[in-house]
Amino acid sequence: MEDLLFYLFAFVVIGSASVVVLSKNIMYSAFSLLFTFFGVAGLYVLLFADFVALTQIMVYIGGILVLIIFGVLLTTKITGVDIKSGTTGKVQLITASVVVVIIAISLILLFTNVEWVNQEFVQPNTTIDSIGFAFMTKYLLPFEIAAVLLLIALVGATLIARRK
Amino acid sequence: MSVGLTEYLIVSAILFSLGIFGIITRKNAIMVLMGLELVLNAANINFVAFAKYGGMNIDGQVAALFVIILAAAEAAVALAIVLNIYQNFKHINVDEIVKMKD
Repeated sequence: MEDLLFYLFAFVVIGSASVVVLSKNIMYSAFSLLFTFFGVAGLYVLLFADFVALTQIMVYIGGILVLIIFGVLLTTKITGVDIKSGTTGKVQLITASVVVVIIAISLILLFTNVEWVNQEFVQPNTTIDSIGFAFMTKYLLPFEIAAVLLLIALVGATLIARRK
Repeated sequence: MSVGLTEYLIVSAILFSLGIFGIITRKNAIMVLMGLELVLNAANINFVAFAKYGGMNIDGQVAALFVIILAAAEAAVALAIVLNIYQNFKHINVDEIVKMKD
């Protein structure tokens, strides 16, 4: 059952990511990015990362995807036909495909040939407790820096995007 | 064949390659951003998979959360820059943008 769910989510992730990359219409790309993010969240749940899955849904789908769709709508002319995402020429496309396929094959060969050390798996009740403890003890400084970074990014983004 | 660490790594490798393909073949700046999000998600799958198969180590999940935080900050700033470019140039074709301003 778990294996079946894994293959379902993997199919959703890879299928919708292909639509994102290959679709001519940028709106279709933006909407199939939604399914990619949901599929990745499903993979997180299968990996016993409940809090990361929830954060993925809230931040990626509730925040980043909405921002991207706003960006698409604000930078394409609705009245014109300029909603195409515009790919590069044939030569670049073929070269890029060859390079990417080489990257993919070498990564997969690497991942399948390494003998990974599989440690004893202890099923946790919930990961939120231990994530909270980790953030407040071991990762306290990175946590605070991330908070300051988010504040700076927010202020900077509004400052840059402001109409003059 | 039972699903193990390798299957998750293969999914993330394919997702990473698709993201790279999107980044290098598209001209639209927002499409480049979408490819970037795919790459970050692929890295995150690796972090969480290693966290589980490394004996339910919480450090991997914490790293994944930091990646999500950085992705949110990056998307906000990048889209602000893209909007600014659109106001200046009336297009967001990354191949043709060679000047900081008109």
